[in-house]
Amino acid sequence: MSEVKLFGAWFSPYVKRVEMALNLKGVEYEYIEEDLKNKSPLFLQYNPITKLVPVLVHNGKPIFESTVILEYIDETWEGPSIFPKDPYDRAMSRFWAKFVEDKCSDPLWKACWAAGEEREKAKKEAEEALKILENEIKGKKFFGGDNIGLVDYVANYIAFWIPLLQDVVGFHILTQDKFPNIWKWCYELCNDSFVKKNLPEKEKVSSGLKRAVETGSLY
Amino acid sequence: MSKVKVLGFWYSPFVARVKMALKMKGVEFEYVEENIRAKSELLLESNPIHKKVPVLIHDGKAIVETMIILEYIDQTWEGPPILPRDPYHRAMARFWVNFIDEKCLNTMLKACWRTGEEQEKWKEEAILNFQILENEIKGKKYFGGDEISVVDHAANFIAYWFPLISWGRMELVTEDQFPNLWRWSSHYCNHPFVKDNLPPMDVMIPKFKPA
Repeated sequence: MSEVKLFGAWFSPYVKRVEMALNLKGVEYEYIEEDLKNKSPLFLQYNPITKLVPVLVHNGKPIFESTVILEYIDETWEGPSIFPKDPYDRAMSRFWAKFVEDKCSDPLWKACWAAGEEREKAKKEAEEALKILENEIKGKKFFGGDNIGLVDYVANYIAFWIPLLQDVVGFHILTQDKFPNIWKWCYELCNDSFVKKNLPEKEKVSSGLKRAVETGSLY
Repeated sequence: MSKVKVLGFWYSPFVARVKMALKMKGVEFEYVEENIRAKSELLLESNPIHKKVPVLIHDGKAIVETMIILEYIDQTWEGPPILPRDPYHRAMARFWVNFIDEKCLNTMLKACWRTGEEQEKWKEEAILNFQILENEIKGKKYFGGDEISVVDHAANFIAYWFPLISWGRMELVTEDQFPNLWRWSSHYCNHPFVKDNLPPMDVMIPKFKPA
């Protein structure tokens, strides 16, 4: 029986970041694809609380929420670090990861799916936050510096999924013109040889998003 | 000049958590009371993005966001642990703090402050979140087990502040619906360390009671 299990969905940025972390540490794990429209009893047994993927099960104990899982992986297994070691740098990483998730990814996603006033409101929120992020990535290859770090993991959403969604719905907030530093970082991240191996196929994700837009349902 | 400063509002549950954590570690700090209507230059410089309290300033470096500050305190100073030492229990503590901060608090505030149909929607969601907490505290004295923990402090809002805010508006955490949470609230508020560190009720009531 595998010591490490990961319950996930192939298209999820949250799942992918956990997979990337496990692969970074060279951890062997059993991946279980969950049908989110029809969750398995085993999955619900492990995560009756949020019922969301990803769920990491280590020695029979489940851990949920992608950033909590990332921290657990970094603390449990040897290998390259995801979080900085210095307490202040660690605090700053946590701050930017939260900023990316709450202030950037969320409104960008909402803006693509919403319409009218709601879309405009989300667009304004996203643009204000992206201006701040644009400044933060200036002069750096990755948010983690020369190597990818926690913030890059969490911002995978912006680098890979958001550009695809923007193309599918035909509504663009994150553009090379407006945010050239972020755009450059998106390119660096998605073309990094390690990260590339941990992203789903572009065409598959685009088709999935197109289907979601047509049917009004994500899964 | 003090090496450690905390910028805060005396009535804030988030600031209370940071002060309690520093006291647990025996860290001497200078507390600076901020004015919500006239935030100091120091606050605006230390937290230019969110402009909120609490802010911890240590050796001239500013750390913001309550849980991020608590993690920093735990890593920086020796003394009783704020988060569990075991990685699995630490992960679960992080999960629950996040659940309380992001889900419970948010929905509770919206349930209190919105009106009409929107309020009903948020009330329903808040109740669902409370039911999850109710289930989690069942059979335990504290969220941390026999000892008070970082998760209990994250829920200080429910135990101490929420009854004040909801005063006269509506009761969300009733003893009937949530007997375990109600019992936990009483344990939490009467814990000697907590009692010593919460703002006195007679000063809080006029602050929050609607006119």
